[in-house]
Amino acid sequence: MSEDGEPFDWVAASGRKARGKRPEYFEDPALDRLYSTVFALAAEVSALRERQDTVERLLDDKGTISRADIERYEPDRSAADERGLATRAFVARIMRGFQQEVEAMEASDPPIMDIVEKLSRE
Amino acid sequence: MASDLPPPYTALTRHEMMPRTTHDEAARFNFLTHFNRYLSGSIGSGNKLAYEKRVLPAFRAEHGRDPDHRYEIRDAMNRDQWHRMWSALKRNSMEMRQHFGRQVVLRQLDELDAMARQYNEHSGMLELDASVEQPAYQTAVDIHCQPGGYHGGEREGDVTVGANYDVGLFATVGGALGGLNDGGGQAVVDWVRAERPDWKPRRILDIGCTVGHNAVPIAQAFPDAEVIAIDTAAASLRYGAARAAALGVKNIRFVQASGEDLSRWADGHFDWVQTTMFLHELSAKAMPRIMQEANRVLAPGGLILHIEQPQYSDDMPLFEQFMRDWDAFNNNEPFWSAMHGQDLKQVMADAGFPRDAQFTAGVRAVVDPEIFPPSPDDGEEDFGRAAIWNAYGAWKPIAQEQAA
Repeated sequence: MSEDGEPFDWVAASGRKARGKRPEYFEDPALDRLYSTVFALAAEVSALRERQDTVERLLDDKGTISRADIERYEPDRSAADERGLATRAFVARIMRGFQQEVEAMEASDPPIMDIVEKLSRE
Repeated sequence: MASDLPPPYTALTRHEMMPRTTHDEAARFNFLTHFNRYLSGSIGSGNKLAYEKRVLPAFRAEHGRDPDHRYEIRDAMNRDQWHRMWSALKRNSMEMRQHFGRQVVLRQLDELDAMARQYNEHSGMLELDASVEQPAYQTAVDIHCQPGGYHGGEREGDVTVGANYDVGLFATVGGALGGLNDGGGQAVVDWVRAERPDWKPRRILDIGCTVGHNAVPIAQAFPDAEVIAIDTAAASLRYGAARAAALGVKNIRFVQASGEDLSRWADGHFDWVQTTMFLHELSAKAMPRIMQEANRVLAPGGLILHIEQPQYSDDMPLFEQFMRDWDAFNNNEPFWSAMHGQDLKQVMADAGFPRDAQFTAGVRAVVDPEIFPPSPDDGEEDFGRAAIWNAYGAWKPIAQEQAA
């Protein structure tokens, strides 16, 4: 219960903003909002994949499971590494655009039209 | 390949005060651990590339010279589209960490508050003082983007901010601080034991202890010593004292007090005064005051030790200074930049610690290799998040030497 007797709404309370002005990273504030949503969704997809993995491992092991089994599950070192590798690969998939931009900065490729014109001449 | 993977959140040590996580809450933290690593590791190099390939050439073309201060690099990089995207990603990662942690804590706040109250009533290790004011440097913004900072809360007498700080730290640092997030304190203990194997401090003061994760290992390592851990934030102390009691530690007391006013303790009362990742959360006027008070309460022959990130010096490339400054502007650490720009040795000298009594040392977090594979960035730093720190300290000269 909260101090005024109303039930404490932990969902609403948990989203409270930190004091201090938030930097604006993009010209269009919609992009800032979109980043927040996309990566919260990414975290959720990652958590879902991990839950699925837990269900599969428990089924492999026991043939039948309960929700309590899922909540109690703690991967051993080898399972944790397999799951960690899967999460790393997931992050790499959703971050490909950013990662390839870093590669592009390293490579400094000319525009494709330069190549098109060059090949049409040579 | 597998050896450089971070540990899963479930490897965290579950003491009684640690908020319980569901399967999916732990999985969200696992995502953040990997996401943070990806941002600093896999694509972090994009910042330097953007700087060298286009931002620096454009600066030179415009000004006819190189940048002569980290703020000039910051202004230029903040116009670069890559750095803006990267910063947006990193800021969101910090915000998600807070939001995820708060959901965990707030849905079980009744239980956590009740448990903390019980521990604190029975242990007698918590001493609050409502007359202690929250300093402006703690209230101007919520440090680390943690809603409520170290001092706020959802309701009177709660443990929200302390519990949220503790529950998410493991994800932020990718387990590098160990199962109890206490790698900083353990590193300090290791350093002291190597430096003075036979030293037996009797009274130890930890200033700015927050939830005590770095003070508790000191108390555990020196069971015959009395450890006083102070902070201005009651909300963090409530959780910290209960956490220490849950860990079975008895020789520590959490006292609400400001490091700027240690008048309740006599001159030379402590054998050791410690701060760990604390000085950068102060202000230009508060830091020297705290140093002077620390000097006053420290006994001759005693140790003062500050654990921090390295100070910016002329030897440190401006680009590195700029990257290390990121948290100051993007993660609500407003004194970080100015503090690291100061000559800490001079600040300590002005507070009464002679230069020839001072030293600097590198300390590295101690982690359990059985549970936590050694950090893959062996020896490399991570702009504020890898568990490698600089220690700035002094052994206070004994009176005879001072007089001589």
